[in-house]
Amino acid sequence: MNRKNLPGFLVFLVCIGLFPVFATRISAIQHYLDVMIFGGIFGIVAIGLSLLMGYAGQISLAHAAFMGIGAYSSGILTTHFNFSPVPALFLGLLITAIIAFSVGVPSLRLKGHYLAMATLGFGVIVHIIFSEEVNWTGGPSGLVGIPGFGLGDWKLKSTLQWYYFVWLWVAVSILIALNLVNSRIGRAFRAIHEDEKAAEAMGVPTARYKVQIFVVSAAMAAFAGSLYAHYVEFINPGSFDLVWSIRFILMVMVGGIQSIWGSLLGSLFLTFLSNEWLQVFAELEILIYGIILFIISLFFPDGLFPVIFRFLAQQLERRYE
Amino acid sequence: MSIMEEFLQYLISGITVGMIYVLVALGYNIIYNVTEVINFAQGEFVMLGGLCAVFYYESLHLPLWVAFFMSIGTVGVIGLIFEKFAIRYARSQSVLTLIIVTIAFSIILKGSAMFIWGKDPYSLPAFSAGSPWMVAGAAVQRQSLWIMGISLVIISGLSIFFHNSFYGKAMCACADNPIAAKMMGIPVRRMILLSFTLSAALGAAGGVIITPLSLMEYDRGALLGLKGFSVAVLGGLGNFWGALMAGIFIGIGESFCAGYISSGYKDAVALVALLIVLFVRPEGLLGKTK
Amino acid sequence: MNEASEIPILEIRELGKSFGGVEALHDITFSVPSGVIQSIIGPNGAGKTTLLNCVSGIIKPSHGKIYFLGKPIENLPPHRIATLGISRTFQHVALFKRMTVIENVAIGRHSKTRSGFLACTLRLSSMRREERDIFTKAEEWLEFVGLSDEMWKEAGSLPLGKQKLLEVARALAAEPRLLLLDEPAGGLNTSETEQFGDLIERIRNLGITILLIEHDMNLVMEKSDYVVVLHYGKLLATGTPREIKRNPQVIEVYLGKEE
Ligand SMILES: Nc1ncnc2c1ncn2[C@@H]1O[C@H](COP(=O)(O)OP(=O)(O)OP(=O)(O)O)[C@@H](O)[C@H]1O
Ligand SMILES: [Mg+2]
Repeated sequence: MNRKNLPGFLVFLVCIGLFPVFATRISAIQHYLDVMIFGGIFGIVAIGLSLLMGYAGQISLAHAAFMGIGAYSSGILTTHFNFSPVPALFLGLLITAIIAFSVGVPSLRLKGHYLAMATLGFGVIVHIIFSEEVNWTGGPSGLVGIPGFGLGDWKLKSTLQWYYFVWLWVAVSILIALNLVNSRIGRAFRAIHEDEKAAEAMGVPTARYKVQIFVVSAAMAAFAGSLYAHYVEFINPGSFDLVWSIRFILMVMVGGIQSIWGSLLGSLFLTFLSNEWLQVFAELEILIYGIILFIISLFFPDGLFPVIFRFLAQQLERRYE
Repeated sequence: MSIMEEFLQYLISGITVGMIYVLVALGYNIIYNVTEVINFAQGEFVMLGGLCAVFYYESLHLPLWVAFFMSIGTVGVIGLIFEKFAIRYARSQSVLTLIIVTIAFSIILKGSAMFIWGKDPYSLPAFSAGSPWMVAGAAVQRQSLWIMGISLVIISGLSIFFHNSFYGKAMCACADNPIAAKMMGIPVRRMILLSFTLSAALGAAGGVIITPLSLMEYDRGALLGLKGFSVAVLGGLGNFWGALMAGIFIGIGESFCAGYISSGYKDAVALVALLIVLFVRPEGLLGKTK
Repeated sequence: MNEASEIPILEIRELGKSFGGVEALHDITFSVPSGVIQSIIGPNGAGKTTLLNCVSGIIKPSHGKIYFLGKPIENLPPHRIATLGISRTFQHVALFKRMTVIENVAIGRHSKTRSGFLACTLRLSSMRREERDIFTKAEEWLEFVGLSDEMWKEAGSLPLGKQKLLEVARALAAEPRLLLLDEPAGGLNTSETEQFGDLIERIRNLGITILLIEHDMNLVMEKSDYVVVLHYGKLLATGTPREIKRNPQVIEVYLGKEE
């Protein structure tokens, strides 16, 4: 962590640490703990996607699929093969990394539209496999009986424990992402985003970096997927379809396409939006997301939150003048 | 049914559905020919076409052929509005923005369709009534013939339009070299507008003609779009007759997969083909073959 | 003179490149001795940029050889060529516009640093040391080209003249043996061009060989040790500025127009 980011990170840790103290005491927001767990899990995916999309400029419409591969690896290994969760998680990460690598090498040669279509096609194929391999995945009705997370005698029991566990990993993800972004490799990503030819001429191995960040980003999604499977103890293909991939993109876009903190905020915002505030709209949620995504990408391509923050900062400045 | 009859049956239904993919693929091709943009909302136009026709026919009790043209017109206008108020602006931004805008638009169309029509599948009557024809033991639905006939008319018409008419040639010139096209006095903007309108209308036509055979519901668009794209890429983006061959090929492949292997995996056929083509020779097959 | 310094830093042999039907380069052969300022001149569309793109690996030549310090490089990807010690600027400014000025120069040092993914994500001490080195050097190079005051500005917000200087600083940050400059003074006014001439000389005095594409004849004739003239993809002449000025062919097709 460099000095610039340290205060923010500390504030974050304090907020995360203190949140349950309030949440458990105020009955109206008691269930927020549960929402926060989902928000954290999706946040890990969004942070990874922000590295890939916001920084390296490569779009992926397969992130829900990668999350699903992680979730199903954990689910299948623990239910069919009696793996305990931790080795299942690692094996799942390895599987995802291998798949992401083999998809990434050929597809990252493609540009813009083609990359989007290739990842989209891959995501749909994965979704079909989840639905069709009924013997392994339980098919469309899902895979039940996934054990909770634990290692040996130690098990995550309460929601509060899950909360701290998930957010520990969110913190780790943030740390890794911020470190990466503030390094020669992170700068190289942004260079690739802006001008691939110039980056290459400056000695940046663009092909290798694009594949690397694709794999890392997919592995982060898979990790989140594994947590998800163990927390919910049930998974079905519907949680890993195209709509979810688009949601992850939306999380990144809302929070600020080139911002690690932004993508976390975006994922929290959207998770609360869909779990708490948009429930009245039920199925129309997706329409609302479409409209939000449309407006953001047309009018605030750098993200919604950065614009809002800038506006608030201006207002404050004006007031103090 | 004998093995031979079964084979023939799959072949016919494969070609029928393949035609729809061809129409979607042509939609991509037209826009690509003019702007080199790929419109992720292309499949939703098909879905909208089918459902709009249902609305005109069922709710407004218009004759079927009127509903057919009204639906095409309606969706064409939606394509036009989309270009005029979103694409035109997004094109000046990054490719990433452009992609996301068309994705967002596709979600909006899908969401609106669900809002308007709900989640139930809808049907239309076949364009001409009557029992199927028997060809060498295989049943050919009359609607299948309509589908093949209408598609072939559209494809030939478009091919003539792009290769022989002034407007068509002008549209092609826009993508090759927009600046030169502009200097030659071609109204590039209007051409782009036209291309979006045309491709939306085309998708809608596909949607109307397929609905009597396989019903239509709000969430069919994404997959239709993706398959149409596979066909477009397989046939060489921008290449009309290539798309026709590829569409028939994919349609038959799907139909055989459903018949002989597993119906659940039939949707993967086109996508696997797409990935293979993209990965093996992106330039080769993507190259515009005019 | 010892053996090693007799090897030219860059040697181009029978280099050809065609785009579809257009033959942009036709059997070009020349070499660049170590430590000189060598210019490539020629009318628009002569193939100068194409030549530079071949040397830096951005496009692959159709045939022919390119040797850098005796080592063939025509089949290497651009980032490998950059790492070997060839750096360049672009005719149409290709900065990372939304990054700060100093970050642009920091990217230039990419080929000189090697912290990997793990070192970066864990911020190992080796990585932190490298990071400090990157930014100290970046500041030094910005000072060298005279952009110290603009360090924290967005690169895209600079005026064209400063953007061109920034491109040079970014290329220099890689501490190249050979620096390729594609019309660095294009679009600059007279005094800016003069300053650029001084800058080029200062770079040469650091021991960096310069291959320069330039339309400004005063600059070329004054600063170059050798000049290469391209015309419609063919090598028309090579020689010292004096020889080139007297070459009747060159006068006819190129200089003649201006007089
Ligand atoms: N990528 C390309 N594809 C097709 N043709 C190209 C390409 N790059 C260059 N050319 C052609 O090659 C020829 C040489 O171009 P080049 O850019 O090398 O000229 P130049 O000498 O740098 O000219 P200028 O002084 O205008 O920069 C031109 O006819 C140009 O049209
Ligand atoms: Mg040039």
